[in-house]
Amino acid sequence: MADLSVTFAGIRSPNPFWLASGPPTNTAYQAHRAFEAGWGGIVWKTIGDPTPNVASRYSALRLGNKRMVGFNNIELISDRSPETNFRELKEIKHRWPDRALIASLMTDTREHWHDLIRRGEDAGVDGFELNFGCPHGMCERGMGSAVGQNPDVAEKITSWVMEVASKPVIVKLTPNITDITQAARAAKRGGANAISLINTIRSITQVNLDNFVPEPYVDGASTHGGYCGPAVKPIALNMVQNCAQDSEFGLPISGIGGISNWRDAAEFLALGATTIQVCTAVMHHGFRIVEDMIDGLSAYLDSKSMESPRELVGRAVPSLRKWEDLNLNFKRVARIDHDTCIGCNLCHIACEDGAHQCIDLLDPETTGIGYGPGRMLGKAAPVVREEDCVGCNLCSLVCPVDGCVSMVEIPSKEAPMSWSQYQSRLSKGDIAPIPAHP
Amino acid sequence: MEEIHAPLSDQAALAESQRCLYCYDAPCIHACPTGIDVPTFIKKIATGEVASAAKTILTANILGASCARVCPTEVLCEGACVLGHDHEPIPIGLLQRHATDFVTAHGISVLKRPTEKSGFRVAIIGGGPAGLGCAAELAQLGHHAVIFEKESNAGGLNTRGVAYYKMKPRVSLDEVRLVESLGVEIQTGVNVGEDLTGEELLSEYDAVFVAIGLGSESHLGIASEYGPGVRSALDFIRDIHEMPLEEVEIGKSVLVIGGGNTAIDAVSQAKRLGAPSATLAYRRKEVDMSAYTFEVALARAAECRMVFEAKPVEVVRDVEGNLAGVKFIHSSSGKEWIEPCDQLLLAIGQPKQDSLLKKLFPALEIDARGCVTTDPLTGRTSLPKIFSGGDCANGGKEVVNAVGEGKKAAMEIHRMLTGKPATPTKQSSRQGITRPPSGAGLWNPIRPPNH
Repeated sequence: MADLSVTFAGIRSPNPFWLASGPPTNTAYQAHRAFEAGWGGIVWKTIGDPTPNVASRYSALRLGNKRMVGFNNIELISDRSPETNFRELKEIKHRWPDRALIASLMTDTREHWHDLIRRGEDAGVDGFELNFGCPHGMCERGMGSAVGQNPDVAEKITSWVMEVASKPVIVKLTPNITDITQAARAAKRGGANAISLINTIRSITQVNLDNFVPEPYVDGASTHGGYCGPAVKPIALNMVQNCAQDSEFGLPISGIGGISNWRDAAEFLALGATTIQVCTAVMHHGFRIVEDMIDGLSAYLDSKSMESPRELVGRAVPSLRKWEDLNLNFKRVARIDHDTCIGCNLCHIACEDGAHQCIDLLDPETTGIGYGPGRMLGKAAPVVREEDCVGCNLCSLVCPVDGCVSMVEIPSKEAPMSWSQYQSRLSKGDIAPIPAHP
Repeated sequence: MEEIHAPLSDQAALAESQRCLYCYDAPCIHACPTGIDVPTFIKKIATGEVASAAKTILTANILGASCARVCPTEVLCEGACVLGHDHEPIPIGLLQRHATDFVTAHGISVLKRPTEKSGFRVAIIGGGPAGLGCAAELAQLGHHAVIFEKESNAGGLNTRGVAYYKMKPRVSLDEVRLVESLGVEIQTGVNVGEDLTGEELLSEYDAVFVAIGLGSESHLGIASEYGPGVRSALDFIRDIHEMPLEEVEIGKSVLVIGGGNTAIDAVSQAKRLGAPSATLAYRRKEVDMSAYTFEVALARAAECRMVFEAKPVEVVRDVEGNLAGVKFIHSSSGKEWIEPCDQLLLAIGQPKQDSLLKKLFPALEIDARGCVTTDPLTGRTSLPKIFSGGDCANGGKEVVNAVGEGKKAAMEIHRMLTGKPATPTKQSSRQGITRPPSGAGLWNPIRPPNH
């Protein structure tokens, strides 16, 4: 059985599953419950000058029967005093010595940063996370994402912290920036030991169409909130991979953004994260979700004969290339399994109206296709015209039956050729231009 | 007595509607004899546009509210649902009821009366589902439709022939009002053939739609059949609709003869209304019953007893002539026995209306079954100005078939009168199979497999 323990920038953790700084990591009571449930580490809710909050604070994107597909918040950093927070951190570390306990910090002056770091070290935390990412409220006061969006300032503050920190320091990055690697490199220049990303994305989740005030509603007004939850995973994966692939960077990464189960976690690991952090999924379902994450990752690693999550970290990073380096001669077409097709025709209409018009509805009797499990007698069946299929995947994505539409590779007579190779051959006159699609 | 299926709550309707895959050229549309665009109305429920969903339903089927209750959805739309073969189909009937009940309850008019009138007048004989379907469509096409109904209320079997636990008469009467709101004139208590002749209608109206349904009584033709305690099951069901429930005469031991859905309705109703014993006797085997399997299961669940291969030979009466039972002979074993009963309900089919039809229109072609010969796509009969649909033409089908036939006839009448085709409600088209291009379920309903 795989050993899930990891060491992240020198911080030891029994598994790669940490709770991200946020509402679930606000108190010792919650931390205790989380560790009981099995979480490997906790990043405490950001400590700084305690700040009052507003009601309401959260809003969500709902998609059909799925609630909280995306989630946003306008809650600020801890509203409890640093004294209370550090006292509780100390208690928790004493109670759970084998778990990773990280203090998230946010303040302004060099003196204040030094003070928080020293108090954290006195409390016995295993490391620090610098909150350079919060995109609402705190940024208006020159902190949070206001720091993360300015690499020079981020580097400067990181270097202040490194003057006194003896424990590992993680810089948490904001995604509200054009090139995430610039922020990652600034953290490294400032002396950080690792980064974590992504923090939340500035967002408006919904507008109330009766009173024309977006949510969350605060006395007739709203403000831009930080977006997170399952919907942000693709953005987070992209940014994690960007940092993992950046040759100038090279520090450990803690992946955050829309992780709710072991599969999400495994994808972050495969794209270069060593640990992952979860918040929204716990706000939705509680600390208990970690059991599935532990069992699922463990079984997955076993199935791949990997002994440690370390073997998974970064496995998918090299397969990400520039578009110009992809093989233009690779051919794939959709194939519909009529034995499992239920006859919803979603593939047909998606291709017909949204793609390349190569799925016909044909008579199942004269074509000899016959009837699948749910299809009605006399009702047309979808059939791919393979010679016209561009292999876009759309039909296989809309099909509600797993495995019914498969994308099949068609062996190409042509040798692999990327766009950049094509351009170079074209300029040398070695090759005729590829004709435009009719 | 409550309707057997509770309505969906708003929350449940939302959850179920969001489960719909929104199929393209969906099988449920093809399975609906009125071609309701089911995915479109379900999508509207999912986005909170319930009144608009009702508009989609009622545009295709003016009796959408009653069909939502009495349609055998298991063998129609829900039977065709692509989610049904390895999972639960979408509860289309309940969602349709949710939407149509919403507009009824809130008094929302979703159908518009046309502002321009054609000046053409069409007489409709019979205010049942076929007549209402035809009248509503004609009215929306700008014609003046007049329904002649012999009973005191229109709605036909929907108003007085559907088991109470399936649908209350109120639903049907609300639909009658909906049809009237489109400008249709309904003259009740008019018995065409006695109060008015067919000739008079033909001379006063530009077209006539015959939708007189079926008769109400058939007989066993066995000894002692006529006498106290014996009546038609349809009359029994009608009493339940028209009388206070406590006044409906229910025997202590009720015997129903028949194997169709009316027999099942009657035996279930009798039991549900307090008969200590209710038995259904059918002359053939259970598999031969024309009643739907789920209806039979419902009756069993209500603790109704059933005997099969029971061929009635004689109604048994005591010396005073009171009903005592029915003597049967078992068709395979030949064994004879008496089923005791103090109330006998006959559900052995409704007689055809051939004699009334001949009286009304002597030249009208009647087929071997005793039904009006019609073209199923247009409702045309052997006579140019006369159209027909519903039970008197199809021999007895579902309410939804009757509505569809009325609607198709209305479109054909419109074409005949104006020379222009009536554009059917736009429905998904189909490719690859040669069939009419639109409203596939209306023009050519497909039955789901396994039925």
